Amino acid sequence: MNILKISSKNLVRNKLTTILNIILVAFGVSILSILFLASTQISSKLEKNAKDIDLVVGAKGSPLQLILSSVYHIDYPTGNIPAKDAYKLMQNPMVKRAVPLALGDNYNGYRIVGTDSTFSNLYGLSIQKGSFWHKDLEVTLGNTVALTSGFKIGDFFFGVHGLTGNGDTHKQHAYQVKGILKPQGNITDNLILTNIGSVYKMHEEKHVEGHSHVSAEETKEINDKQITALLIQYKSPMSVILFPRMVNQSTNMQAASPAMESARLFSLIGVGIDTLQWFAIFIMGIAALSIFISLYNAMKERKYDLAIMRCLGASKPKLFFLVMFEGVLVTFIGACLGLLIGHVALEVIGAYQKSSQAKLTGLTAIPQEVYLIWIGLFIGALASLIPAMQIYKVDIAETLTKNR
Amino acid sequence: MIKISSLAHVYEKGRRLKFSDWEIADMEQWLLLGASGSGKSTLLNIISGLLEPSQGEVLINGIDLYTLPVRGRDRFRGRHFGIIFQRPHLIRSLDVLDNLALVAVMAGLPVDHERNLSLLHDLGIAELAKNYPDQLSQGQLQRVSVARALVNKPDLLIADEPTSSLDDENANQVIQLLTTQAKDNGAALIIATHDRRVRDHITKTYLL
Repeated sequence: MNILKISSKNLVRNKLTTILNIILVAFGVSILSILFLASTQISSKLEKNAKDIDLVVGAKGSPLQLILSSVYHIDYPTGNIPAKDAYKLMQNPMVKRAVPLALGDNYNGYRIVGTDSTFSNLYGLSIQKGSFWHKDLEVTLGNTVALTSGFKIGDFFFGVHGLTGNGDTHKQHAYQVKGILKPQGNITDNLILTNIGSVYKMHEEKHVEGHSHVSAEETKEINDKQITALLIQYKSPMSVILFPRMVNQSTNMQAASPAMESARLFSLIGVGIDTLQWFAIFIMGIAALSIFISLYNAMKERKYDLAIMRCLGASKPKLFFLVMFEGVLVTFIGACLGLLIGHVALEVIGAYQKSSQAKLTGLTAIPQEVYLIWIGLFIGALASLIPAMQIYKVDIAETLTKNR
Repeated sequence: MIKISSLAHVYEKGRRLKFSDWEIADMEQWLLLGASGSGKSTLLNIISGLLEPSQGEVLINGIDLYTLPVRGRDRFRGRHFGIIFQRPHLIRSLDVLDNLALVAVMAGLPVDHERNLSLLHDLGIAELAKNYPDQLSQGQLQRVSVARALVNKPDLLIADEPTSSLDDENANQVIQLLTTQAKDNGAALIIATHDRRVRDHITKTYLL
């Protein structure tokens, strides 16, 4: 028999009110925790994928789209750039490492990326089974791709034109799986890597065999060779200012910085996050009000209980603490429940998520969540402060002598 | 043990109550008689440290009760007085046994469940130990509140109309219990009543 027992017994006695209050707090806390978790996870995923990439050069268009398509592999590319211009840039003294990308095909929604060995250096890729691609039409699968497709070394498959699952199948050539990558924890898990030659071959052959009436201009475009984008790493940070300007002004291509564009993307998403955050805070406010009202109303009835306890020798501060404790207990339970709901909900969302770029999980925690519990406790204390003050006003003798 | 002298209380509405001096020795049993409205409850509240009188003093073992700090008075009351109210106020969220345990806890004393159970047994309500107050009849509630007053083995038992809601048999049993328990615990007893059934058991009277 202690304060905890007295409080919890009283809370159990008023089940419905207690449950309502707990749910309100839990709801607010769970929304906040989902927001916290999701935004940290997304930004860390984005950061991881853009790590070591200082600049992306691609066709003119939306810089955000360029970044999304060639770094995060979400959106469609802005277009193609002439390979010879790209190779010229790769020779620039400011460039430490340049990775050419040729996009255009996919398998089951997993993008087939034509590139060269600099790609594996850039992302620090290592092989789990088999080997890296060497010749045309050889591919190395990202770990997730291998897991979901069930492909083994030596298997053949056909690529599909376009970047989503339903396009024309390139039946002329089959890719052969040469190797599978170790899980990297970034976008490369979801990519199928091959050399640029394979990508050319796919599209050249198609034109030559499939459409023999192809116009001269189109054939020329293909013969001129194009790539989709160039991922660039600088030699020194000094180039941050010079290099993009040089690309944007003196070539027909566009340079975009992943850091700047993801910051821009986040500021766009940020409005939504802010709105949800205010919504959650509003719910927490309602929870505080509800706890306040229920405790305050209960005080009319509990006046007798508290007067008796005073009569039995309990001091005023002890009873003050008792009432405070009830409010705090409700919000504490609510906050813990809210965190649990938040994590479970996020895990469920992650399980149903199609986009594999930034898969969410509820199995990790972040330090900010501890603040949510503190906020819960604070709200409980705030809401029960005024009801608890009533203790100091109750006239025991009068309360107990008066009839109920 | 208890001595009141030149005690008077003035209510906010202007009603003034004056009490003649009274001295209660250890283990004495007293009746406090008076018509309703004559100030019986007021006097009991003053003696038990719940209501500060406008004038006069309450000496308990030579200490003026109202010179103690409020907290000290609360603690003193919890440990040394057992109070039975006109209405058997029990904590509604706790069962009977927990209501008894609460008494010790509130006074900062260890809980003695065996004693609590035997008290319930003596009062013939042992089977109600796990019931909640709103499941009990008025008579049963009153007996629980008697048991509650005895939990901490008080020096003084104060009962305000303890029998008013009980039938003859129960009333007799409660008075028997109060007088014998008071004796067994070495406690003095004050019963404020106008119930004739009580007058036969106790001879000393203080008339208001």
